[in-house]
Amino acid sequence: MNQTYQTQESGDREVLVFALGDEEYAVDILKVQEIRSYAGVTRIANVPPFIKGVTNLRGQIVPIVDLRLKFGLGTADYTEHTVVIVLNIGQRVVGAVVDGVSDVIGLSAEQIKAAPDFGTPLATEYLMGLASVEDRMLILIDVDAMMTSREMALVDRAEDAVA
Amino acid sequence: MDVTEFYQTFFEEAEELLDDMERHLLALDIAAPDRDQLDAIFRAAHSIKGGAGTFGFQALMDTTHHMENLLDRLRRGEITIDAHGVDVLLATRDVLKAQIDAYRNSDLPDADAAAQAGAALARLATGAAPQDEPEATAAPAIELDRAPVVADGERILALRITGVNAAEQDALAEELALFGTVSERQTQEHALELRLQTSEAAEDIESVLCFIIDADQLTITPAPIVEPIAQTAEAATTAAPEAPAAAPERPEPGESASADSAAPVERRAGTDRRAQAGAQEHSSLRVATDKIDAIINLVGELVITQSMLEQTARTAGGAQVESLTEGIAQLQRNARDLQEAVMSIRMVPMDFAFNRFPRLVRDLGHKLDKNVEMETIGGATELDKGLIERIMDPLTHLVRNSLDHGIETHAKRLQAGKPAAGRLTLAARHEGGNILIEIRDDGAGLDRDRILAKARESGLTVSDAMDDSEVWQLIFAPGFSTAAEVTDVSGRGVGMDVVKRNILQLGGHVDLVSQTGVGTTVRIVLPLTLAITDGMTVRVGDEVFILPLAAVVESMRVDEAAARDVGGQGRVINVRGDFLPLVELHRLFDIQGAQTHLSRAIAVVVKSESRHFALVVDELVGQQQVVVKNLETHFRKVRGISAATILGDGKVALILDVRALSRLTPPLGPLSSGNALSSSSNQAVEAVQ
Repeated sequence: MNQTYQTQESGDREVLVFALGDEEYAVDILKVQEIRSYAGVTRIANVPPFIKGVTNLRGQIVPIVDLRLKFGLGTADYTEHTVVIVLNIGQRVVGAVVDGVSDVIGLSAEQIKAAPDFGTPLATEYLMGLASVEDRMLILIDVDAMMTSREMALVDRAEDAVA
Repeated sequence: MDVTEFYQTFFEEAEELLDDMERHLLALDIAAPDRDQLDAIFRAAHSIKGGAGTFGFQALMDTTHHMENLLDRLRRGEITIDAHGVDVLLATRDVLKAQIDAYRNSDLPDADAAAQAGAALARLATGAAPQDEPEATAAPAIELDRAPVVADGERILALRITGVNAAEQDALAEELALFGTVSERQTQEHALELRLQTSEAAEDIESVLCFIIDADQLTITPAPIVEPIAQTAEAATTAAPEAPAAAPERPEPGESASADSAAPVERRAGTDRRAQAGAQEHSSLRVATDKIDAIINLVGELVITQSMLEQTARTAGGAQVESLTEGIAQLQRNARDLQEAVMSIRMVPMDFAFNRFPRLVRDLGHKLDKNVEMETIGGATELDKGLIERIMDPLTHLVRNSLDHGIETHAKRLQAGKPAAGRLTLAARHEGGNILIEIRDDGAGLDRDRILAKARESGLTVSDAMDDSEVWQLIFAPGFSTAAEVTDVSGRGVGMDVVKRNILQLGGHVDLVSQTGVGTTVRIVLPLTLAITDGMTVRVGDEVFILPLAAVVESMRVDEAAARDVGGQGRVINVRGDFLPLVELHRLFDIQGAQTHLSRAIAVVVKSESRHFALVVDELVGQQQVVVKNLETHFRKVRGISAATILGDGKVALILDVRALSRLTPPLGPLSSGNALSSSSNQAVEAVQ
C-alpha cells in the first residue's frame, strides 16, 4: 500500500479520509506513509491508555496510538480488520488506530472552512478546518500539531525534562 | 569519466593512509627502525602521491614526494632517523592533512607550510647523504620536468629496464609505445634501454610498468639532451642506472600502486592483468551507512517472514509438510547468519577512536614538558560508527585536560613520590546496554577547596558540607569554567560543560571520580544505538523483556520467607547474608497475570555500578544476542527501559535499563543481617511503583 495516491486532480490538496465513531476525519495524504493492520504491538507500561505500545515497522520501533481512545469516539476493539494509518511527522513515524479508512479525496481551498471553536472532540489547535464534500462533512486534522502535542505524550519535550 | 566523482574517495583514503602513517611513526623504534614499518610509512606516502598525481593536486604531490625521498633512503639504510626526524615526519603528515583539507574545500593549500616541510625533509634526506647528491634529492620532481621538451609539451625520457628477457623486452616496448614514440631502443642481454618521447608523467609510466616488472628493475631519467643544461646533466649523471637509489624518480613497489594510480592505467589501455592487479588491492569497500541500515531492516523483515512461514508450516498438513519444515529450518539458520553478518558491518572497534590519541599525547606531552605513558584497554569493544565519530571531540577534550591539568610535571611527580612518567589510560567496555569509556590519569586530582572557592566566586550556591561527588559535578556547571584562570584551579576547567552537554545529547552521561594527589577518572556512559548486546530474555506474565546479560549476576528461586518488608514500602531478600532490594517487575510495569507469589517466581540478581538488587520475573526464557534499537527515534524515553529490540517473531521486546531500575529501589546502604531491619526501616524509602 505504498503507492502514491493520485486519484483525484481537482483541488489544492488530497486527503485520506478515515472514520472515528460516526464522524469522518481527514489527514493530508502526504503525511501518510502506509496503511497496515493492527498486529504485534508491544505494550509499554505507565503510559496513557491511548498509547497502545510500540510495533516493529520494518526494523523501526514505532509507537501506536489509538485515536478512538484518545478522543473517546467509537469502540476500541481490535479485530483483524482494525486499521493503522502510519503517519510521517517530520523525522518521526507514528501509527494511528482508527475505525476504518474510506477513501482519498481531492479538496479545493474553497471547500475548506475554518473550524468552529467548539463541537468537535479535538482541540481546535489540531484542526485545520472543516470540509464539506457533497453531503459529507470532513474534519481536517493537523497531524503534526496533534502528534507532537504534549497531551499525546509521544515526544520528549524540553519543558518536561526540566520538571 | 569525470574524475571529480572520485575526489571524495581519494580524500577519505588519503586520510586513512595518513592515520596509518602516524600510527607507524609513533610506534617506530628510533634505535632500530623496523623495516616493515618504514615500508608501511613509505607506501602510505607513495599511495597518496599516486592519487594526488591522478587528480592533479600538485602541492600534495610535491610534499609526499619529498617525504618519499627521505623514507626511501631510510628504508634502504642510507641514513638513520632520530627523534627529530620523527618530529619532522609527523609535522609533514600534518601539512599533508592540511593540504587534503584545503583541496577538499576547493582551497589552495598553504604554500609556505609545504615549502617548509619540503625543505625540512630535504635537509634530513641530505644530512647524511653523500655530497654529490643533494640537488637530486632536494628537488627531484623538477629535474624530470627539465627533460628536453620537444613539440606539444612532450619530453624525451631515457628508460632502463633490467632483468628482462627478449620476449619481455618486446612486450614492454609495445606497452611503452602506448605512451608515445619509442626510439633508440638498445637491447642488451638482460636489459632494455630506450628513449621515449611522451607527454605522460614519468610517474604514470612507472605505475603502468610496475604491473609487469618489479619496481627496482626500472630507472627513468631525463634523456641526455641536445642542448645540455648544466643541472639536468648533473641530475642525469647522479641518477645513472648504476645508482638506482639516487634516482630522482624512485621506482615503486608494485603492491603499493594504489587504486588511484591504477585508474589512469585502465583508462589508457586496460588489460586483464592490470584489472586484476587493481582488484586485489581492495580489501575493503566504502558504503554509505544508510544503505547498511536499509539492509539491516530488510534482513529483519526476512527473519519475520521466515517465522511466519514456520508457523504456517507447523499448522499445515499433508505429505509435503516434512520437507517444507526442513527447508524452513534451513532458511532460519541462513537468515540468522545473514542477520548477524549484516549487523556486524556497522560496528567498529573503539580502537578507531583510541588510535588517534597516542599522537595527541605525544605532542602535548612535548609541549607541556611532561612525560606521559598512554595505554588503552578494551580497544576491541565495538560500537556504532556514528557514535564513535560523535564521541571524538569530548574524548579529545578530556584527554587534553588530563595532560594539561591532571598529570603533574616531572619535578612535582618525583616530589610526590610518583614515577616520573605520568600514566593516562583510555578504557572501554560494554556494561549492560551501555558502553563505558574511562579516561584515567594518575595526576594531582581535583582540589576540592579551590573548586569550592571558585564556585563561590562564580556565584554558585555551594556549602562545605557537600560531598566530594557533588563538588566534582560543579566543574560541569556552565560558566564555571569559561575564564582562562580557571585552569589554575587544579581541575579540568575549560569547556567541561560543553563535554557534558555533548554526551547528554548522545543520550549518555558523564561522571567523575577524583582523589587529591592520586588521580582522576572521568567515566562516560553511552547507550549503544545500534549495538548488539547479549541479553537474557525473561518473561513476566505475557510480556517478554530483555535483561542485559552483563548486568546479571545470578538467578535463584526465593523462599517467600527469605523476603522481608522494609518499612512497608519495599521488600528485601537475604542472599547469603546480604540484603538485596527486590524489584518486582509485574508491579513496576503493572503487568496482569504475572506470578505474584514469590516462591513460584524467579529472582535475578543484577548489579548496576556497584549496587546489587534482585529483579523478580516469572521465567527465564533464554539468552540471545539482540540488536539494540533506540526507542526515542519515534517515541520517547520510558522509565526503566533503555531501548528496544526486535525478537525473532518480529515482535518488539523492551530492554530493561538496569541502572534506572536501581534508582527505583530503596537505598539500603551497607547492611549486615543483624541490624538490617531496624536501620533500614528508618530510611526514607522511595516507592517502587
